[in-house]
Amino acid sequence: MKTSDTLLLLFIAVLVGFSIWAIVPLEGDRFGRQGLTLGLDLKGGAYLVYEADLSKKDPSQTVDQVMTSVLNKIERRANAFGVKEPIIQRQGENRILVQLPGEKNVDEAKKLIGQVALLEFKETTTDISGQPQTDDKGEYIWTIATGVGSDGQTKELTGKYLKPNSRVELKSNTNEPEVAFEWNDEGAILFEQITKRNINKPLGIFLDGQLISYPTVRAVIKSAGIIEGMDMKEAQNLAIQLNSGSLDVPLTVILEQTVDATLGADSIKKSVVAGAIGIILVILFMILYYRMAGVVAALALIIYGIILTAIFKLVPVTLTMAGIAAGVVSIGMAVDANILIFERMKEELRAGRTMGAAVDAGFNRAWLAIRDSNVTTFIACIVLFWFGDTFGAFMVKGFALTLFIGVALSMFTAITVSRLLLSLTARAVKNTWLYGVKA
Amino acid sequence: MIDIVGNRKWFFLISICLLVPGIISMLAFGFKLGIDFSSGTVMTLRFSQQVEQGVLRQQMAQLGYDDATIQKTSEGDFLVRTRDINSDEKVALIDGLEKGLNTDVTIRDLETVSPVVASEVARNAAIAVLVASIFMILYIAFAFRHMPSPFKWGFSAVIALLHDVLIVMGIFSILGWLIGYQVDSMFIVAMLTIVGFAINNTCVVYDRIRENVRKGISRDFAVTVNSSILETIARCVNTSLVVILTGLALFLFGGVTIQQFIMALLVGVLVGIYDSIFVAGPLLVLWDRGLKTESKAA
Repeated sequence: MKTSDTLLLLFIAVLVGFSIWAIVPLEGDRFGRQGLTLGLDLKGGAYLVYEADLSKKDPSQTVDQVMTSVLNKIERRANAFGVKEPIIQRQGENRILVQLPGEKNVDEAKKLIGQVALLEFKETTTDISGQPQTDDKGEYIWTIATGVGSDGQTKELTGKYLKPNSRVELKSNTNEPEVAFEWNDEGAILFEQITKRNINKPLGIFLDGQLISYPTVRAVIKSAGIIEGMDMKEAQNLAIQLNSGSLDVPLTVILEQTVDATLGADSIKKSVVAGAIGIILVILFMILYYRMAGVVAALALIIYGIILTAIFKLVPVTLTMAGIAAGVVSIGMAVDANILIFERMKEELRAGRTMGAAVDAGFNRAWLAIRDSNVTTFIACIVLFWFGDTFGAFMVKGFALTLFIGVALSMFTAITVSRLLLSLTARAVKNTWLYGVKA
Repeated sequence: MIDIVGNRKWFFLISICLLVPGIISMLAFGFKLGIDFSSGTVMTLRFSQQVEQGVLRQQMAQLGYDDATIQKTSEGDFLVRTRDINSDEKVALIDGLEKGLNTDVTIRDLETVSPVVASEVARNAAIAVLVASIFMILYIAFAFRHMPSPFKWGFSAVIALLHDVLIVMGIFSILGWLIGYQVDSMFIVAMLTIVGFAINNTCVVYDRIRENVRKGISRDFAVTVNSSILETIARCVNTSLVVILTGLALFLFGGVTIQQFIMALLVGVLVGIYDSIFVAGPLLVLWDRGLKTESKAA
């Protein structure tokens, strides 16, 4: 055996050994990675794109300031809601991508995250006698409650003067949920003035313009208060929203993809079955058609699969249904390299060369075609990856990335694994029939 | 020896037979666009009790969704497509279905695309296709730079590609009104992958022609091309066959989520086989003959 072959064999053995170590067991911890990273379509969850209405922003703030603030608040809300590893990114100028992997309560999470949650306090307008006025339907007429702040300016009392420690409590007598909040110093100054002038009158508590409750003020209150009139979930969400602060601008969902976890689990099962059947068919075909060389290709394919899985786990590459499809297509590419070499090799054997010479010539000639033919796939992958985000579907990027990795790896295994295995087999087995050529 | 090049007019005729119905369908009916291009909401609904498609349609109409399209999947779920609806509308719809049909409804997956996004996706997809095409043509020009007339080779390769793309698009247009197949961003992805594959195959054939021209195996260009095609036929068919085998496994057992995508790939690969054997090479000969007659005339 040539020294270069020995070294190559050693290198491949180490690489395959390392890959097996990395993926067995799949759920085992290797370099902090456990199991394969699954996309939303396989594990369930939500992929949301929000658009911010920047025309409603505070003119004194820049777009970047507003967006950064909104992003931070969303992140705090998602974490407080208990989403594991949410992904929150700004897209373009006024969009926010929110991924909630594995989240089951998507509707609720969506509402919690995207709601502005501006808490406002309003007082009733009073008639000449000082009694609250009502409209034709007997409902109070509300006006924003204001007070004079520490700097002498008149200010509206909103949720922005709250300390970030609002919490849900249960009313002692009825067990109904309520949200307890505390004002910061400025809020306390305003609240004191407002409660003082509204004693024995209702004070309206509004969330995003909707009246939640209107307790009657019994005494002058400075620092704290409660909000009632909600069910448990609403109270919990409100507490989270008050603590994260209200969003600076309203958001609307412009793109949504939600997948139920059971569908994801189904998809995984199905693609594993389909992948296994596909690989078995390919191996059968290769061995039937190319005989000995087919066995080599099958072995190369298995090694390719092991290294690919290790890359998926360690990088990690997020697997989606489209990614799995790309993996399957890349199997074709990986086998393609072998087919190119074998076909060339057969021609050389027919031309009467010795086994060893045929392998070398077959490989050298096929290599140019292998290299050239994959360039176009790389081009397609790069363009797709580049535009992937603007395509609206998270599938696109996953497909492009997986195909790129698969094709690159298939070229690598072709010049290392296939070549080595083939030259080793050629030395051991000389019967040309076994390589698909009549003796 | 099988004479592919000599019988090229028959193979071109087959291509035309494949092209024409699709082109007519595209012109007359266009495509059934996916929601990522045309906006809307698609849901996969699973009912706890068996529900007839007609009954579901009626109930949807009663709830104000009379233009909804409803398809039953092979797994017994229903694929329901409506205009784009928000969370509240969705809750009301599911509620209405549960009460009206007296069954539990689970949303297995849901996708909503607003019109703003849809128009952008359509535009970006067009740009992506354009950019990819430019780079691929540049690559083809680069790959054939040593040929006596690189333009001829590159141009023939591009025509062969357009041939593949048009046939697949035509078939999808027909499948659109036959069984509701949609053209969406994943279809574009499939097309770009097919183009990658087809260039790949064409490159292998042309590469062999180039080699045989250098070797000087025949004075007649047509004969050289024909034997080059025959020499590479096994490789082209086998490579594509491998992709078809794995693709078919995914199509049959891989679930409905990516079925249309896999279908596009499969059709594309099949057309690609045909193209690399019967179209790409003969086109070169046609072009060559055409030029010669021209130069004689001049």
